[in-house]
Amino acid sequence: MILMRVALGIGLLFIVSLVIFWATELLPGDLATELLGQSATPETLAALREQLGLNDPAPVRYWNWLTGALTGDFGVSLSNGRPISELIGARLGNTVFLALYAAALSVPISLILGILAALWRNSIFDRAANAGALTAISFPEFFVAYILVLWLAQTGLFPSIVRINPTTTLGDRLYMSFLPALTLTLVVTAHMMRMTRAAIINLMASPYIEMARLKGLSPLRIVLRHALPNALAPIINVIALNLAYLITGVVVVEVVFVYPGLGQLMVDAVSNRDIAVVQAVALIFAGAYVTLNLIADVLSTITNPRLMHRR
Amino acid sequence: MKTPLVPALANRVVSRRGVLQGAAAVTAAGLILPYGATPARAQARGGTFRVGIGHGSTTDSLDPGLWEHLYVQTFGACRHNYLIEVGSDGQLVPEIAESWDTADGQTWVFTIRQGVTFHSGKDVTAEDVVASINHHRGDASTSVVKPLLAAITDVRADGNTVVVTLEAPNADLPYLMTDYHVPVMPAVDGSVDPESTDGCGGYIVESFEHGVQATLTRNPNYWKEDRAWFDRIELLAILDPAARLNALITGEVHLIDQVDPATIGMLEGRGVARILSIPGNAHYGFPMDAREAPYSDNNIRLALKYALDREAMVDVILGGHGAVANDNPIGPANRYFHAEMEAKTYDPDRARYYLQQAGLSSLDVTLSVADAAFSGAVDAGAMFSETARAAGINITVNRVPNDGYWSNVWMQDDFCATYWGGRAVEDHMFTTAYAAGADWNESFWTNDRFNELLLAARSEVDENLRREMYHEMQQLVSFEGSTIIPMYNNYVMAVSNDIATPERISANWNFDGFRCVERWWMA
Repeated sequence: MILMRVALGIGLLFIVSLVIFWATELLPGDLATELLGQSATPETLAALREQLGLNDPAPVRYWNWLTGALTGDFGVSLSNGRPISELIGARLGNTVFLALYAAALSVPISLILGILAALWRNSIFDRAANAGALTAISFPEFFVAYILVLWLAQTGLFPSIVRINPTTTLGDRLYMSFLPALTLTLVVTAHMMRMTRAAIINLMASPYIEMARLKGLSPLRIVLRHALPNALAPIINVIALNLAYLITGVVVVEVVFVYPGLGQLMVDAVSNRDIAVVQAVALIFAGAYVTLNLIADVLSTITNPRLMHRR
Repeated sequence: MKTPLVPALANRVVSRRGVLQGAAAVTAAGLILPYGATPARAQARGGTFRVGIGHGSTTDSLDPGLWEHLYVQTFGACRHNYLIEVGSDGQLVPEIAESWDTADGQTWVFTIRQGVTFHSGKDVTAEDVVASINHHRGDASTSVVKPLLAAITDVRADGNTVVVTLEAPNADLPYLMTDYHVPVMPAVDGSVDPESTDGCGGYIVESFEHGVQATLTRNPNYWKEDRAWFDRIELLAILDPAARLNALITGEVHLIDQVDPATIGMLEGRGVARILSIPGNAHYGFPMDAREAPYSDNNIRLALKYALDREAMVDVILGGHGAVANDNPIGPANRYFHAEMEAKTYDPDRARYYLQQAGLSSLDVTLSVADAAFSGAVDAGAMFSETARAAGINITVNRVPNDGYWSNVWMQDDFCATYWGGRAVEDHMFTTAYAAGADWNESFWTNDRFNELLLAARSEVDENLRREMYHEMQQLVSFEGSTIIPMYNNYVMAVSNDIATPERISANWNFDGFRCVERWWMA
């Protein structure tokens, strides 16, 4: 079953690659016109197109790229001639770092808040946690980011932009990336917290929980020992979805905090028609989504004995 | 300082002595106050100068032939020197060329300064200069200044001089050698390596990542003793205007460009930074295709020129940081600027008169705009449409995407928006965008008298005659040309109070002609 899912994932990635290629072909202009901008003359355009190999027909360019990508070589950036793997390497690291940082903050917070909210259902705490998380998710990311900059950066507590490079120490990295990580935490917490709460509350009405309660177990033990394991499948799925979002959907946060991640690279590449980079980044994004969902599926299978030992 | 002074005067019976003491105290305060208020410190070495720039992308290039925005321009000015520099007052200052001379305006001899070295330690020679110029010439060159240097027929090294031969005399060749695309780079086997960061400028590249940041340290062997005051330079690409402003306010950077006029009051209120608004020759405009009806009729062009409110555009679009332009691409910072031309004001009656001259009672045109042309272009188009209505001209504002604007709209649609950075030389501006058949003659305007004057003025050595010719050309472009130029936009930047700036700041380009990195210092 797991093999089947992996095969499906690869097939999906192939279709995605086709769609990506087709979509970038639809953009007006090409790399040469974008590179030269207002300064383009027919003569320099022709010289540049020839140099960049833009004169080949689209299927030929697609095939060349796909066979390269299969052997782990994404080719070179059309615009500056640097290998794409080198271009993406550091930025992918930055993006994954920020995603993990935000996940390390948001997953425990939302699980704890969700469990406590389920435990003290309809209490003041439950309502306050819900209202707070919903408020945070309702504001657009850039607004949350600017509010944090106003409160935490302009007062001098944290830097307003992230100036990291490969030599930055981990401590500095954590300090400088705190505001973007906090922004992302605020944006994703509500989703995970409410799913945790709903999944647990859903189970709290089941007969076996009733039984546990009649045995005289403490409410906390009932939730952690009896309800949570059975609620894991939906929670894992929503966490995976949010992790994928943290890797692929943080362009706005990257722009506001000048964070050198993949999103900014993708936007740059799109506006400059650097199709090779667009395709590589899009493929990585698609790969992240497919992989994380695959892991989520596998984990929810493992956590559910009924699925593991199906007859 | 004030507290002891005021009670001393208030509590004392005013005797003659008291008055004198008070006066002395006031005088002393008067002497001390301005000193304390403006920390006029002399130029001093040290510090890290961090610059936040609203441009930069991963596709930027080290190749000077492809430079087109402030990030790469400033990065270039950090690590390179040029043959000649444009000084703060607009005059030419010898840089790598110690001196230059010509007998006939056609053959130019540049004497190369001795004792200047590249960061690699190699001496700067005439051969390096030849290779640097040749990088922008020839069929294989992808340089954007190729058309500009096309008039050069030969460049050769002769001892420690470089001899440049032109196909026709041109009195402005030294000005062309100041162009930011043509730095002096080290030659290897007769050609330059455009991907190398080596140069002979004040700063050595430590690390860089296109579209993110560049770090440079001071060149210990820099030949200029009164320049390059900072120990380190950090250039950061910060595309988001709010992020740029925040970075300045929180002290992450010392200098930013493109300050949003709406935020200037707030920024000044903070007291951490000051606004520098430098009038230059950069301008915004609306070119009309002179080959196509109705724009082929000069009466129509004049009608449109009188149908827009230039003052209001400067106030609204530029937030007052600019000046009214009279459809003249030559700006007040140019040598031969024609200031006495009859000014065009918003005059619907006059516009209507020109419409009638063209045999029309009303006119319908479509103006294609996108903010890619210049920030505020869409709003400017709407204002134009609003004011033109009173003259019987209906302008439909067609908002087009920013993406692909310069390839799909500009010079394709017959009426659109445009932007030009200033040019230090009249000939440079006219040859690029107004000469018949020029690649970027965006209005496709041809005027025989203008083209005749353009050639004549280029080789004219008599200053007064030359001035007259350029004045006549400006008159022609303004009243018969096919480009509406309503405003000159200032270079607006905000600089931290930790940084001291010279009294005079260059108007030829943004960021003190990109030279802020070596002309400014820590306060």
